[in-house]
Amino acid sequence: MAKYYDTLQHNVWLPYKFAVGPVYGRFYEGLQEEKIWGNKCPECGKVLVPPRSFCPDCHVDMDEWVEVSQEGEVRLWTLADYQFFGAPVDPPFIGALIRLDKTDCDLLHIIGGLDLSDLEAVKNKIKRGIRVKAVWNEEKQGHMLDLKYFELV
Amino acid sequence: MLKTNKKGHLILETEATVPYELASGPSWHRFFEGFKEEKIYGVKCPKCKRVLVPARSFCSLCFEDTDEWVQVADEGEVKGWSLTNYHFFGMPTEPPFITALIRLDGADTDMDHLIGGFDLTDLDLVTKTLQMGARVKAVWKKEKKGCIMDIKHFKPV
Amino acid sequence: MGRPVAIIGVGQTMHGHRSDVTYPELIREAVEAVFEDTGVSPEDIDGVIYGSMPSMMEGVALNHFYFAEALRGVGKSFMRTETCGTTGISLAFTGYYQVASGYADLVLVVGSEKMHEGDPQATMATVAEPFYQRPFTAGAPGYYSMLSQQWMWRYNIPEEVCRDAAAKLSVDHHEDAKLNTYAHIKQSFTMDEVKHSPVIVYPIRLLDVCPTTDGVCATIFASEEMAKKLKNKPAWVKGIGFRGDTFFVGDKDRVWSESPIGAARQAYEMAGITNPLEELDMAEIYNPFTFVELLHMESFGFCEPGQASDLCLKGTFARGGKLPCAPSGGVLCTNPIGATALIRVAECALQVSGRAGGHQVEGAKLALASGLGGAQQFNGVMILGSEL
Repeated sequence: MAKYYDTLQHNVWLPYKFAVGPVYGRFYEGLQEEKIWGNKCPECGKVLVPPRSFCPDCHVDMDEWVEVSQEGEVRLWTLADYQFFGAPVDPPFIGALIRLDKTDCDLLHIIGGLDLSDLEAVKNKIKRGIRVKAVWNEEKQGHMLDLKYFELV
Repeated sequence: MLKTNKKGHLILETEATVPYELASGPSWHRFFEGFKEEKIYGVKCPKCKRVLVPARSFCSLCFEDTDEWVQVADEGEVKGWSLTNYHFFGMPTEPPFITALIRLDGADTDMDHLIGGFDLTDLDLVTKTLQMGARVKAVWKKEKKGCIMDIKHFKPV
Repeated sequence: MGRPVAIIGVGQTMHGHRSDVTYPELIREAVEAVFEDTGVSPEDIDGVIYGSMPSMMEGVALNHFYFAEALRGVGKSFMRTETCGTTGISLAFTGYYQVASGYADLVLVVGSEKMHEGDPQATMATVAEPFYQRPFTAGAPGYYSMLSQQWMWRYNIPEEVCRDAAAKLSVDHHEDAKLNTYAHIKQSFTMDEVKHSPVIVYPIRLLDVCPTTDGVCATIFASEEMAKKLKNKPAWVKGIGFRGDTFFVGDKDRVWSESPIGAARQAYEMAGITNPLEELDMAEIYNPFTFVELLHMESFGFCEPGQASDLCLKGTFARGGKLPCAPSGGVLCTNPIGATALIRVAECALQVSGRAGGHQVEGAKLALASGLGGAQQFNGVMILGSEL
């Protein structure tokens, strides 16, 4: 049996102030108006959401704004059922990659509005390619979770 | 939370709290058990013979296990000090406070701790009191938890 | 030592409080700048080396992932290195060895920090030993002011003399920063203003301390063959040295410490320098605190221990003196920690290749750059020269 030795409990609490910049700023503004903004690369024509300041492939400024559909297709999903300190959303929850209509990348968000207690039932409901639609939070904070979750259509 | 700063730029304010539980191991554990009895222990390196305070499990120069425990005095000489007069996030105690390196009698290394017990707002008094060679003695807290702050601070003698 | 290696370009952001852009956008600013400076195309880069302070500083863990695109690192050899304040020198070493070994011909080396996004002192406090020493950490200024006291006592330097020398460094560096387009603080101060500025951690006062800066420095290291093909005059890496010391504050004498002394000795040996004061044309010492810069001048062998204050007051280390130190304004005027030591290397490279613009030291041919990390625990030195 291991000998008992004391442990030192120690929490590190750190505050942060991330500069949002004008591109992400416009996205957050859009959320507060229940709009989802993406932007388009002038070279390759890809529409990315959330928007970026430069295209990751072409490395040019992305300055054409596109209001993106609030509906799309589930590409991948997973049911998270464990707790970790400081988790932003309480488990269980479904994290998913959603391809909103007419965009060229997947949006990482949550699928909600369904009973998560039975995994088999969830697996039966959420098939690959199933369509989902945005559900908004009544209270807006200029945060990704102003989009409360995506519900099955 | 989204906020606008003084420059008119949008800022996302957030925080991260990360919890830690650090294993003390035999050396640190024994060192702090000593504190509960108002005793300060060092360990003696079998090779270089230095008495290392605070106690640790191996000598940093020789890499030898240190298992000879030696009690050192709770009094000693100030080897360096600094008076902190500014506020920063998560600071140990309200400014002004003095952190110092103290060579306890019987030790061959310096221990980090606070110096207090007199008026720290008077810079002249502080520099006069803490000249080269100044001696200080530990002031222990009544209630001990087995941690470095069982010593409230060291007071000039 | 391997193949000859040169720095053939530098790109920097306008250092300061950059809440106008996100962190990846800031990285991109310097990266685009270095490609423009060199005429090198991102496709020609063989590898990317990136570093900054530990994740807790800006709240995004292992941010080399975050910046992969901004660094043009996708599809390239990629390496991260971080060693606190010496990060910039570690980055330069890694870049140097990747080319010297023949692994790569062109590497992009980038260091950065966006300190306004986190709490620097709270983050740096987590470097301290958690059981014995963390409650006493008064940030970086706390330790270095103790070291400054010990240094004054050790050599019996009268406090007024040190105080004046440290103030002169502050006055000179702030004046020099006004000539540097990219510097953060561009404001003049008088000796009196420095000596009577508010006490931060006695004896260090507000104007003895570096600012909190957001900034990025990007450099390109090249093999001899590539360097000779490109447009900029190369700055050759002539010597490197690095030394670590024990961890516990209080264990060993740090006033006369093998960490800076050994690092410099190793670099001088490689570069064939025997009398640094005579042979070096300038130095960019990692100087977040004025008193500590004086201590390092002695540790690097510019003068005898205890003598730096006197020489400083005579003007030896000022622009126009025998060995100008920090002609860019130094760390005292610009300190994005993860980039800072790399900026020292970059500034020396610009100087010896005659491309330092408004803050050029005339005729500079051999220069020393240093990095400092932890509580005087890690020191790194790199020597740059104009001749192969």
